[in-house]
Amino acid sequence: MAETTYREALRLALTESMRSDPSIIILGEEVGKYGGAYGVTKGMLEEFGDARIRDTPISEEVIVGAAVGAAMTGLRPVAELMYIDFVTLAMDQLVNQAAKIRYMFGGQIGVPMVLRSQGGTGRSGAAQHSQSLEAWMMHTPGLHLAMPSTVTDAYHLLKHSLTLNDPVVFLEHKGLYTLKGTLEPDKALPWGKAEVRRQGGDCTLVSYSRMIHLCMDAAETLSKEGISVEVIDLRTLHPLDMQTVSESVSRTGRAMVVTEDCLTAGVSAELSARIMEEAFDFLEEPVVRLSGEDIPIPVSPQLEQGSVPGVERIMSTVKMLLRR
Amino acid sequence: MIDHPEKQQALRFFRQLVRVRTFEERVSELFVQGGTAGSMLHLSIGEEAGAVGVMGAMREGDGFTTHHRGHGIFLARGADPKRMMAEIAGKSSGYCRGKGGSMHIADMGLGHLGANAIVGGGISHVVGAGLTYQMKHNGNAAIAFFGDGAMQQGILYESMNLSALWKLPVMFVCINNEYGMGTRLDRASATLEFERRAETFGLRAAEVDGTDVFEVYNRSRNMLEDVRKGQPAFLKVNSYRFHGHARMDKSPYRDQDEEREGRKKDAIAFLRQHIVEEGWYQESECDELVEEVKQEMDEALKYAQQSSNPSPEEIYDDVFDPETDNPVSVDFRIRQALHYSQG
Ligand SMILES: Cc1ncc(C[n+]2csc(CCOP(=O)(O)OP(=O)(O)O)c2C)c(N)n1
Ligand SMILES: [Mg+2]
Repeated sequence: MAETTYREALRLALTESMRSDPSIIILGEEVGKYGGAYGVTKGMLEEFGDARIRDTPISEEVIVGAAVGAAMTGLRPVAELMYIDFVTLAMDQLVNQAAKIRYMFGGQIGVPMVLRSQGGTGRSGAAQHSQSLEAWMMHTPGLHLAMPSTVTDAYHLLKHSLTLNDPVVFLEHKGLYTLKGTLEPDKALPWGKAEVRRQGGDCTLVSYSRMIHLCMDAAETLSKEGISVEVIDLRTLHPLDMQTVSESVSRTGRAMVVTEDCLTAGVSAELSARIMEEAFDFLEEPVVRLSGEDIPIPVSPQLEQGSVPGVERIMSTVKMLLRR
Repeated sequence: MIDHPEKQQALRFFRQLVRVRTFEERVSELFVQGGTAGSMLHLSIGEEAGAVGVMGAMREGDGFTTHHRGHGIFLARGADPKRMMAEIAGKSSGYCRGKGGSMHIADMGLGHLGANAIVGGGISHVVGAGLTYQMKHNGNAAIAFFGDGAMQQGILYESMNLSALWKLPVMFVCINNEYGMGTRLDRASATLEFERRAETFGLRAAEVDGTDVFEVYNRSRNMLEDVRKGQPAFLKVNSYRFHGHARMDKSPYRDQDEEREGRKKDAIAFLRQHIVEEGWYQESECDELVEEVKQEMDEALKYAQQSSNPSPEEIYDDVFDPETDNPVSVDFRIRQALHYSQG
């Protein structure tokens, strides 16, 4: 089968969904003529026209806020924020409005919208274009949160997001757009199901998004040294599939969480607490968190690399955990 | 004898204005009795004409959002005062089954896309609703109601720009009651000609006297015709907040003379006088109408008092679609960690 990029898989998911569901529209900065800051929507304006692919002014709050109102009245908007860093300007609409409307209104109505954005390091974007802010979303009841790591997941998770009746934050990684892989159109896992990317018996690495690839590289190298690492890709942070994680930890007895977001009160804190709650009896060692450092992201490529986990760090931390 | 149409309308408006005020008075009573869910009750006494006049010009199918002081707007839209009062009391028979309360009341059936407790928070939703209506060509309009305080929020200007840029059937209605909590408008805004701001963004804009419900109605109706054709509009309704910001507030920051003058801007008193002068109703007939409304609102109050509270396990409902799993309770997690049986 031909190789597809992560970017193309996303575009395919959007395109196919828009063909079958006329209520889907896309709105955001540069999504139309320009084709998206990272090229995801390139060419879609030609197929769907400017009523459905809508370039907006640089007004993040109304991009998300209008999506909320459109979603409440019968459209299924995909609001694109160029960088997840800019969600700060739309946080009221996401957190106080989109996430809470179903609940506040006693279940009368949902907000079926997808907020697409991308985050993470890798392009020297510096402090305001490189953050991993998923913990904020995960900390907000009422939001689904998908963070695909592979071409196939990018496709399926986005297609699935466009069928849900509640808001989905769909976070891509800027370092993955050119990732190539075989798109498996029939391999749709259930929403909220984690995937064991690699089996192993010595310890469990729990991760998602770009860090999965680093974990896989580390696991491959470690296997040559006789260390057998299991790698779990959460795929979605809400819903969170702890069953797959606990099952793995019950076999390996050792768990390490690898995330790109910063350490304190980050996703790794939640994951570590959950593993402790659900698999305490099996743990031979405390859960280890290898996360981004508690610093803003610096611009220098050397410094940037040091601010988030890398393959070497993953390997050395696994060895520490295994006391090797 | 066929009634003069203006008479019919005047009497309809009069009843609506009185309904709004009486409803708010009953909310206030409910609070004193300790029957409201919370004390964040923002009464719209003094602002009735904005609600009744604009609503009078709206059509079935139109959508709207309101600010936190939105009881009157929703009531004028045709809301059932019983279910409104029940929601304000946090009861399960309320519009949002006791989950929203005074500041988050909503009803999709009447096009109420929600009251909002974030100043400016509901404004952009009508931009999205307007987009839906435009794409569905259904002729509906989406109207955002908000206070003068929201005139200083950035989202309003993002929303005005996008509405004008996309020619959306959207109307922005500022219920100017001169105050944002305790801060008088002239201490919050460097300029007070809000119509000019709207015009700058390409909106049609006007300011009306909120003591004259007919003026509010006529101007709104006129504007809404163009709004439906894709010319968004802005209307500022000038009124005065008769009472405190919320139920507990006695407005110590306001000048007595100012309050006395402000309370003269009373749309109900003006319309009543007009009705009597025209000979449409005698004073006694006006009194009868007021009595009828009082009864209606007394019943609403009783209904709320007698309604039952939501059951405790409902807290986990409605976070997500009912097809999805409800959130797991904190107790569940604790028991899971300690291997207690799930209670
Ligand atoms: C974003 C935000 N900031 C502050 C508040 C606190 N607050 C509640 S009502 C209010 C005054 C609002 O004034 P205005 O918009 O004129 O409405 P009014 O109360 O006069 O009807 C303030 C500051 C809030 N609810 N939301
Ligand atoms: Mg005000």
